[in-house]
Amino acid sequence: MINKNSNQFTMIFASVMVVVVAVLLALAAIQLGPLQQQNVRIEKMQNILSSIGIESEVDDAEKLFNQYIQDQVVLNNQGEQVKNDVKAFDIDLKKEQDKLKTGRANEQLFPLFIFKKEDKLYYVIPVRGKGLWGPIWGYLSLQEDMNTIYGASFGHKSETPGLGAEISTAEFQEQFNGKTIFDNSGNFTSVRVIKGGAPPDDQHGVDAISGGTVTSNGVSEMLSRTLESYIPFFKSNNSSGGDTAVITGQSAN
Amino acid sequence: MSTETVKAPVKIKVAGDGLFSSKNKKLVTDPLNDSNPITVQVLGICSALAVTTKMEPSIVMALAVTVVCAFSNLVISLIRNIIPNRIRIIVQLTVVAALVILVDQFLKAYVYDVSKQLSVFVGLIITNCIIMGRLEAFAMGNKPWPAFLDGIGNGMGYGLILVLVSAVRELFGAGELMGMRIIPESFYKMGYFNNGLAILPPMALIIVGVIIWIQRSKNPKLVESK
Repeated sequence: MINKNSNQFTMIFASVMVVVVAVLLALAAIQLGPLQQQNVRIEKMQNILSSIGIESEVDDAEKLFNQYIQDQVVLNNQGEQVKNDVKAFDIDLKKEQDKLKTGRANEQLFPLFIFKKEDKLYYVIPVRGKGLWGPIWGYLSLQEDMNTIYGASFGHKSETPGLGAEISTAEFQEQFNGKTIFDNSGNFTSVRVIKGGAPPDDQHGVDAISGGTVTSNGVSEMLSRTLESYIPFFKSNNSSGGDTAVITGQSAN
Repeated sequence: MSTETVKAPVKIKVAGDGLFSSKNKKLVTDPLNDSNPITVQVLGICSALAVTTKMEPSIVMALAVTVVCAFSNLVISLIRNIIPNRIRIIVQLTVVAALVILVDQFLKAYVYDVSKQLSVFVGLIITNCIIMGRLEAFAMGNKPWPAFLDGIGNGMGYGLILVLVSAVRELFGAGELMGMRIIPESFYKMGYFNNGLAILPPMALIIVGVIIWIQRSKNPKLVESK
């Protein structure tokens, strides 16, 4: 009988245990990986759809998404369409934003989804920024004039429930509907989240969440930074102000 | 009050006992009432406060804890005689952590919505003192089958309280049970309001307190002498 309290046995026991556990977990991760990725894809589709006011269930999200999507394009930081094999849906915003930190700003890609609902075009722009405790993200949809916000949906990883986490509630998101990101003379203003409440006639401001100032500021920053990158595209595709935009590019799927 | 119940390892002779002898049944039923991990041993309170705003996540959490508790008890009991004494806590933690990660992966793959609601709390099952407590107090000193039953019993005892608390909180906080409307629309028209306090963590503590109060008034032997 070996001494089970000897150093040697302890080391062997620990090593064997670690290997067995590692193999088990690796197998589980490989087996369940595809299902989990599919769930994440469906959730992304649901979020995008909800920004243009289409409610979807897990089962029909993919079908609705393919039904309404008109085009998905990838832009570079000059607002020009990039022609390559990258699909807008597969772009990871986090990785794109990390390119800024490593000085590869000119390689940053910006996805844009174009939907057609009831014969009107909607432009959905994914946004991503910082909240108080972790990342916040969302989708902003613009109407055909590329100025008026049609809808917004926001998500967060770990904002405080009841405070910052309120950005994912309908009450907060509905405030964005009808706001504009350009002023009357065509200058970019973005939409700001205003602490203490936005004046009722403010076309570029919404009420902040009381007690959630850092998250609210994060939303403002995220919107102005992201939308700014799309301005060249908006300007070049919408020069006549309100006319139907000309979008060319590979079709969806 | 919690230390006594956890520290004393319960030795049970199973030689000759049937799979579902009265002693084995007691392993499952005792934690539901007389040695309930939450109301009597007062363990695992943190997650009980956090996940009980709605019934659905509570039930999933209860199942997750039951599975982890039962199988970690089983595994530790199987290898109890070869675990080097000096690293036994690390071994227990590794087994629990591996099981929790497995459960988390399954939830993410099959019930994604619920896993998002539970978020970090599935991961925190690893630190749930009920599981470590049962491993130290029971699985290290008993055969696999009783240990497995003990795990199921304690998981269910935990789950029972979770479901009770979440039912009260969902009913008064949202007027729903399992997401279905219970309090009719006409009540709201007559001026009824959902209780906002019910969905905040303090309410869970109050309800657990009330459950403990009711349980002890019915069962005076649980009340410790002064």
